[in-house]
Amino acid sequence: MEVRVANVRKEFERFPALHDVSLDIKSGELIALLGPSGSGKTTLLRLIAGLERPTRGKIFFGDDDASQKSIQERNVGFVFQHYALFRHMTVADNIGFGLKVRHGPSRPPAAEIRRRASELLDLVQLSGLEKRYPAQLSGGQRQRVALARAMAIEPKVLLLDEPFGALDAQVRRELRRWLREIHDRTGHTTVFVTHDQEEALELADRVVVMSQGRIEQVGSADEIYDTPNSPFVYSFIGESSTLPVKVEDGQVWIADRPIGLSAPHAPSGDAVLYFRPHDVELLDGCSGCIAGTVAASRRVAGTRRVELEIGGERQRVEIELPVDHPAAQKSRVAFRPRRWKLFPAA
Amino acid sequence: MTIAPAKAGWRFRQPSVIPGFGLTLGFSLAYLTLIILIPLSGLVWRSAALGWTDFFAIATDRRTLNALEISFGAAFIAAAVNVVFGTLVAWVLVRYRFPGRRIVDAMVDLPFALPTAVAGIALTTLYAPNGWIGHLLAPLGIKVAYTPLGIVVALVFIGLPFVVRTVQPIMEEIDKEVEEAAATLGANRFQIITRILFPGLAPAIITGFSLAFARGVGEYGSVIFIAGNLPYKSEIAPLLIVIRLEEYNYPAATAIAALMLLLSFVMLLIVNLAQSWSRKRYG
Repeated sequence: MEVRVANVRKEFERFPALHDVSLDIKSGELIALLGPSGSGKTTLLRLIAGLERPTRGKIFFGDDDASQKSIQERNVGFVFQHYALFRHMTVADNIGFGLKVRHGPSRPPAAEIRRRASELLDLVQLSGLEKRYPAQLSGGQRQRVALARAMAIEPKVLLLDEPFGALDAQVRRELRRWLREIHDRTGHTTVFVTHDQEEALELADRVVVMSQGRIEQVGSADEIYDTPNSPFVYSFIGESSTLPVKVEDGQVWIADRPIGLSAPHAPSGDAVLYFRPHDVELLDGCSGCIAGTVAASRRVAGTRRVELEIGGERQRVEIELPVDHPAAQKSRVAFRPRRWKLFPAA
Repeated sequence: MTIAPAKAGWRFRQPSVIPGFGLTLGFSLAYLTLIILIPLSGLVWRSAALGWTDFFAIATDRRTLNALEISFGAAFIAAAVNVVFGTLVAWVLVRYRFPGRRIVDAMVDLPFALPTAVAGIALTTLYAPNGWIGHLLAPLGIKVAYTPLGIVVALVFIGLPFVVRTVQPIMEEIDKEVEEAAATLGANRFQIITRILFPGLAPAIITGFSLAFARGVGEYGSVIFIAGNLPYKSEIAPLLIVIRLEEYNYPAATAIAALMLLLSFVMLLIVNLAQSWSRKRYG
């Protein structure tokens, strides 16, 4: 089921949580809403679910205007960060709940509900735990039950709010792979919220980067990482280093020296240079490069991170070197970013 | 980890890392003995001096039986009424924010603080046939003051805070997400209350019921003003005990008291069993 969010604005007691957000979600897509806390990602998810009502704008499921429908009518599967299982029900009763509360002919007979529940338990790899209570399960198992419960009602969309947020790193990684598998097998349109970029980039078909109630960029992991369209996305996704620079005659300058980067289309004036610390070219001589004295050097796993002080202003910038690179021993290092981007100075 | 074979049928639970289990248990037992056990066994002792036949005669006396029936019956009905409306009050206090909420919240405790005799007199004034509420009910043929119905009204007043104060904290702990989860699964408001909220509240509601009931059985001050105290009709057991005492008929007084004790104990035991059952079932 396609989901279309059209110019939605949401205010909480006059305080805007979302400003005019629009988003098209394709049928069968696995999409991540990524952003720091307070960016409005959970609010957007809850609006799609119907747990909140938009102050302005509409949400469409296919061609239906869902904004007029109640939560119950929307038929969405929602998975909460803290599972929200029904403590007084067994695992099987939890999963069957959505079918049991139906009325009339749409309610399957008890035996059918039981069969569906154990089928879903097989899918989430918890076969045989029908009779357990939520308190007797581990965090990862509870979240699987929560997902099975959400899928039991054959939802139009599956919405997951920080589904792995409360779990430890090992289980998180495992469940991440497993969720991708389940998605590929069942093909539900799925939206999940996370503040973990690794999770978003690895798992999702497309990532929606949000900040301060706005969508900053929507794209595949490659697009988001390689061509960030704003300083926020550049610094939020992955590692980044920045340097204040000046653009003149289509060249990038630091203080009074050109650094060998040409930017023919950039407007002249102050700008900020963004690049990835690991994506740099180390140079010996320095005619058109960035050079600085080593202020600190730290070994981080397979690389060495070096902090340089650049120019008279002693602007600090971080780059990564191979561990065995001779430059790491020197007191002065010269480099040029391979891939970079200029944004106007704020 | 090795598990010691359970030779004995039961044993003390392994004490926690916090020391002082022996000391605190000893103190608790001594304290309970002093405050509860000795006075109550004195009661049983005194009534035992009566001998079986006399005790049986007093216990099966029409007036005693009626008094006990009124006491326990009225307390039961009042506790049941309080369960319904006390839960409602707790719900309103927990779920809604409205001006004056704190005042209403504080008002719930008033029956705790008010001398019960004052409550009795106030209720009697209101519900007497010429009182504010009484004169409205009189044309409908409903008499409250000086009838068993009046006893129920007084006990409802006395018992309300017990239900509200036991249910309220549990209600506050209910996770909003659980309700939202039920709603996304298609449950309507009524189904959420009956299938999700109520099972979680059941143990607290039963506790509130038993507290209100126990309080109602023992209540004296407020009831004697509104009850009219007609023997066989609206005379409660505690009053009958006082009457016997005033007649210097101590054995009869203690016999009735011992009966009340026994009945209360049995009923509270049943309530406790019901509660542990519901706790097991509803977590």
